[in-house]
This record gives sequence, C-alpha cells and structure tokens, in this order.
Amino acid sequence: MMQAKSTPMLDRREFALAAGAMLISSVPASPLAAQGAEPAWQQALKSLVGDAKPIEGKVTLELPEIAENGNTVPLAVSVDSPMTADDHVKAIHIMATENPQPGVATFRFTTLSGKASAASRMRLAKTQEVIALAELSDGKFLLGRRTVKVTIGGCGG
Amino acid sequence: MNKPRVKLPEAAKVGDLIEIKTLISHVMETGQRKDPDGKVIPRNIINSFSATFAGNEVFKADLQPGIAANPYLSFFMKVPSAGEFEFTWVEDGGSKVVEKIKLNVT
Repeated sequence: MMQAKSTPMLDRREFALAAGAMLISSVPASPLAAQGAEPAWQQALKSLVGDAKPIEGKVTLELPEIAENGNTVPLAVSVDSPMTADDHVKAIHIMATENPQPGVATFRFTTLSGKASAASRMRLAKTQEVIALAELSDGKFLLGRRTVKVTIGGCGG
Repeated sequence: MNKPRVKLPEAAKVGDLIEIKTLISHVMETGQRKDPDGKVIPRNIINSFSATFAGNEVFKADLQPGIAANPYLSFFMKVPSAGEFEFTWVEDGGSKVVEKIKLNVT
C-alpha cells in the first residue's frame, strides 16, 4: 500500500489518510486486533469458520435500511448456487452484531432446495450490522453484511 | 401451540422451483424480558423447524430468540416427484406441531 519507491515523501495528510484506511480495513478482518474484548458475534463467527477466510460480498442479504419497529424486521437471504450434490450451500447463519445474543437463525439447505434462499422476520435491539455467513459444500464460506437503522428496538423488557 | 399456516402453489410440475411459506403463532419469549416484579420471564421459543418431502429433508431452520414472534419462514424446493410435505415445529421443552400437506403435482 505504501511503497517507498513510488512515494518517497508522503506528506502528512496522505500519510494520515493511508494509515486511517489501513486501520479501518484491518479492524474487522484481523482477529488479533480484536483480542481481549472480542464481541460475542465475532466469537460465534470464529467458532463457525475456524481458520477459513470468508469471501465477502457473495451473499445477498435483504433488510430494510430503516426499521421502524425492531420487534419484527423482514429478512431475506440468498446465495447464487447450482445446488447440486457437488456444489451447494449447506447452511446460512444469520447474526445480529448488537443484539443481546448474536445468533438469530441458521437455515439449512439440501440439494432438494433447488435454491439457497430463505426469508423470515427478526428482532433488532438497536441500530446495527447484520451478518449472513454461508457455508458451502466444498468447505468455503461466504459473507454478507447489511446495516439497519432501528427506530424502536426489539428484545426490550 | 396453534395450528400453523402453510402456503403452497396450487399445482406444480416435476422440476418446478416452488416457494413454501409457513407461519405459526408463538410468543417467542426471549428470556431477556422481566415481568413487572422484576423477575426474568423464562425463555420459550420455537427452536427448530424442518420440512421433508416424500420422506426426504428439504429445509431446516435452527431458530434463536432473535427471530420475531409468530415465526414466518419461507424457502424453496425443486419438485422431485409427487408427494407429501411434512412440516415440524419444535418448542423449547420438546412439544411439537406436525403438519402434513400433499403437493398437487400435475
């Protein structure tokens, strides 16, 4: 990213921008950076993927941009897959990063499903990012994210 | 638990991709809420749903308290043959609701 040969003298502003960009990109991806106070959803994610690196952006997660009522938020998730015996989506895990319990649901598919797609309604305690992790038959993982602004939170008591 | 509602296409052909929609009324008590005396209301949710067709598994869902009350689930199936669906909802504590519906295959 910052190779000395191409930019021997980064000025202060460029340096700050580049350093900032590195910081932002490294925070969610690096498990080391989050050590100590690792949020529950990251622990849950890690227990599912192990050492594998999920590929970002291949899961379609449909959620409203703004949810007026966090008690019932429509959710639809899908992954492009031929759903054959050799190449199919085994499961999609849904996680809410800021709910009291991050796990929301796991949808499990079979080759009979024909299409790796499911819909439901979820609770969101407050404005947060929702994560969908797809587990493929070849052991790979795909990840999708979506932020939902919540006006009135669900899960409250 | 109450009788669930299931929506299937009126008719389908072998090889069609059909959508199945299900709904069951249930409080889906999270275990996070307190009653007016400050006591935690115990968790009581439907924690599992499964759908089989002609005896083969089509779709399953493990549900947690983050699923809204009266859980709605929709999913797909590529029609393999004529047959009957069996849908099962399981509540914390183990009680079950089973619904069997024949798919009209033309």
